[in-house]
Amino acid sequence: MTNPPARSLPASLRATPMLNRWLGVSGEGHIVLTPGKVEIGQGILTVLVQLCADELDVNPHRVRLQPAGTEHSPNEGVTSGSLSVQDCGMSVRHVAAQTRQVFLAEAARQLGVSVDELSVEDGIICGPGNLSTSYWELAPQIDLARPVDPEVAPKAVESRRLTGRSLPRVDVAGKAFGTRPYIHDIVLPDMLHGRVLRAPRPGAKLAALGEFDCTGTRLVRDGSFVGVICESEAAADAALRRLEAAASWAGGYDMPDAHDLAGWLKRQPAETSLVAERNASDPEPLVSLRRSYFKPYLAHASIAPSCAIAQWSDETLHVISHTQGIFNLRSDLAIVFGTAEEKISVQHAESAGCYGHNGADDVALDAALLARAVPGNPVRVRWSRADELAASPLGAAMTIDVGAQVSAAGDIQYWHHEIWSNGYVARPGRGDTPALLAAFDLAQPFPLYIAQDPPLAGGGGAQRNAVPLYDFPSWRIVKHRLLTMPLRTSSIRALGAFGNIFAIESFLDELATELDQDPLALRLRYLADERARAVLQRVATMADWGKAAIPDGHGRGLAFARYKNSSAYCAVVAEVDVNEEPRARRLWIAVDVGETINPDGVINQIEGGAIQATSWSLKEQVAYDEEGVTSRSWESYPILRFSEVPAVSVEIIDRPELPAVGAGEAAQGPVAAALANAIYNALGVRVRKLPLTRDHIIEAME
Amino acid sequence: MSDTSPQNRARESHMLIVNGQSYAFDDASQANLLDLLRNRLGLMASRFGCGEGLCGACRVLVDGQPMPACDTPLWSIAGRAVTTVEGLGTAAQPHPIQTALIAEQAMQCGYCISGIIVSAAALLQKNADPDEAEVRAALDDNLCRCGAHNRIVRAVMRAAAAIRSANEMP
Ligand code: FES
Ligand code: FES
Repeated sequence: MTNPPARSLPASLRATPMLNRWLGVSGEGHIVLTPGKVEIGQGILTVLVQLCADELDVNPHRVRLQPAGTEHSPNEGVTSGSLSVQDCGMSVRHVAAQTRQVFLAEAARQLGVSVDELSVEDGIICGPGNLSTSYWELAPQIDLARPVDPEVAPKAVESRRLTGRSLPRVDVAGKAFGTRPYIHDIVLPDMLHGRVLRAPRPGAKLAALGEFDCTGTRLVRDGSFVGVICESEAAADAALRRLEAAASWAGGYDMPDAHDLAGWLKRQPAETSLVAERNASDPEPLVSLRRSYFKPYLAHASIAPSCAIAQWSDETLHVISHTQGIFNLRSDLAIVFGTAEEKISVQHAESAGCYGHNGADDVALDAALLARAVPGNPVRVRWSRADELAASPLGAAMTIDVGAQVSAAGDIQYWHHEIWSNGYVARPGRGDTPALLAAFDLAQPFPLYIAQDPPLAGGGGAQRNAVPLYDFPSWRIVKHRLLTMPLRTSSIRALGAFGNIFAIESFLDELATELDQDPLALRLRYLADERARAVLQRVATMADWGKAAIPDGHGRGLAFARYKNSSAYCAVVAEVDVNEEPRARRLWIAVDVGETINPDGVINQIEGGAIQATSWSLKEQVAYDEEGVTSRSWESYPILRFSEVPAVSVEIIDRPELPAVGAGEAAQGPVAAALANAIYNALGVRVRKLPLTRDHIIEAME
Repeated sequence: MSDTSPQNRARESHMLIVNGQSYAFDDASQANLLDLLRNRLGLMASRFGCGEGLCGACRVLVDGQPMPACDTPLWSIAGRAVTTVEGLGTAAQPHPIQTALIAEQAMQCGYCISGIIVSAAALLQKNADPDEAEVRAALDDNLCRCGAHNRIVRAVMRAAAAIRSANEMP
């Protein structure tokens, strides 16, 4: 049995190589993990427990997790991009493997035997005869303040015992009994409650504040940032209503054209960049077919409104937040308050799923600004439902044109993909100025932070998954990133991959029709990658593709992508019912995430992502008029309900020998395209505009 | 708290029973039920999601009927019995729905789950053998953003079966 060669260390571990920043061993029989990634409903904590317990050979219940905090956790950047398993998980695997080795070396020394003669059973280290000691016994004598050694390899695949199995999640029982606290449930001594009044229209300034009954209320104003602090939530809610009635606003950004958003995107000032090209000639080859696809602004629409607690004492600020990036939030807060980062600590607490960059960071600045007026008192701020839907950053709207040149023999010779979109990343901690909402409203305002896109090598933003995975001989991919941003945009699950895959996979279906080919056969023809072929073939088997009898008024569609072209492979077959408003009836999904650490966790993520993507694709679009966002409640921003949810079956192609990658975002794009392709299959109508509503079907027929 | 003191009897119309215990509230109280539960009684399982009666995260049983606590003024439910998730089951004595949710790992973030437990408990109270469509209909006013719907439906069916088989035991 040979150990796999020590691979290069994960990024998180290279950045923070000291073992004791990740893990501690207590004399009382526990392993304490202090990861920098955070739980956002994706189940990462359970994966970490599995990986750690497996390497150390301890029972999983011995592994305790400390919530991430800037004071003690490694800086792992942002919990996003399906990288938790890749970065944090693999770091923990290496750290645990090395910790085991350090302990075994010491045990061997003390017992006077060689390491090879030792075995570990739930933390008890046994040697020949009756010789034994334990992690817990040795813990006080061992200093883990030492850097990780890249030469120490984790266990070989065949010796893993806990990974690859569906361990129950560590947080599920507490949630079922309602006892595991969310940030909204944290009560601190002398805690006060704050609310902030948001401008109805983005960019509007507070023109006047009329008479306002201040009884039991502390009013806090800094330019156009205005809020209240009260002793109870009920009083703060009432004070906010009085404040709203007293405030008048002026100005604001010009909203996008609500009747032609797709065209408006193309008319904005933009930064144009070449995303990728392959053997593309100049001038551009003529395309024989060109189509334009559209995706609207989407809301993250977390079930819990964003919330934060802040407390100032002696010029230091302590913040409790459900941010995805504790260190990033800290650096933006330091800029806003003109203070050193060391004077600020950010502690993570759980909230509901966020699905990207929602109001989590913004509300933390709100709380810090309010709390500054009452030094010593923690102030908890919770947004309203309306602000969660309308004031949080949105997923950017996109117009995507795709074209192809097809030879007389029916070969795709050139592929063109062009995107008009706002950037997909306006997270804090990335720029010289803050990206937090209230910072733009202060008396000394910071400039509006215009959303950017990281380069493709860093995952990309609007251009994520714009480069086809198919082996076309030549292509050119171009992006126009808008330099205006009347509606604030930032990361939403899958970023630009959702729109780009919708466009690519819809267009391939259109080509299949043009060329009179089966959509599956056309895809396989241009895919050499065996893992890609395998998920497509698997999903075809699952759905009995091309053979199953399809009821009247139903249709089936297929789509595929490899997330980020470097992460999970996912193929989807969708069945829709178009007898009334289009409905998804069934989704079959095959996925390959490399090594599967927790199969049920992967299925849960894929299934959840697919259902959310069904909701985005069939129902969702942020509505607005000249006065700002009008979809401010669950009535005006409906999401998929229980009775509308399709049956979902997921199969995993496990590859224990390959690196594990995340599953959270892999299904988003393929689901959208599979649904559009299914509608075409049912009706012969190509809908290129999301959401795939009856209205858009009728529009497409005209 | 005893509900037989003269003082409390005089204010009988301003009483509420929460998970079997009586509470008096102020006649003039404008407060809603969710605020009472979370901020005065420390019963945090009922969640704030929208405050508009539209998401179901705050659902509780009032005399066995699911109601949005965020949208229910105290005066409107005087004298009635409120049951929250804490009253339905605990780790020591779980409700069959809670047991089934854990068995099916039927959630992601779990923020929606309290309200869903309440809706499902009300359903199983009046229909011990629901089909899948009936379960979905009963949960249609509970929003889940994580897409845990199908697992949740399976869990409710599993709980129904568990309750039926427990009832059939001699
Ligand atoms: S919080 Fe009561 S229904 Fe949403
Ligand atoms: S599990 Fe997150 S909202 Fe339902």
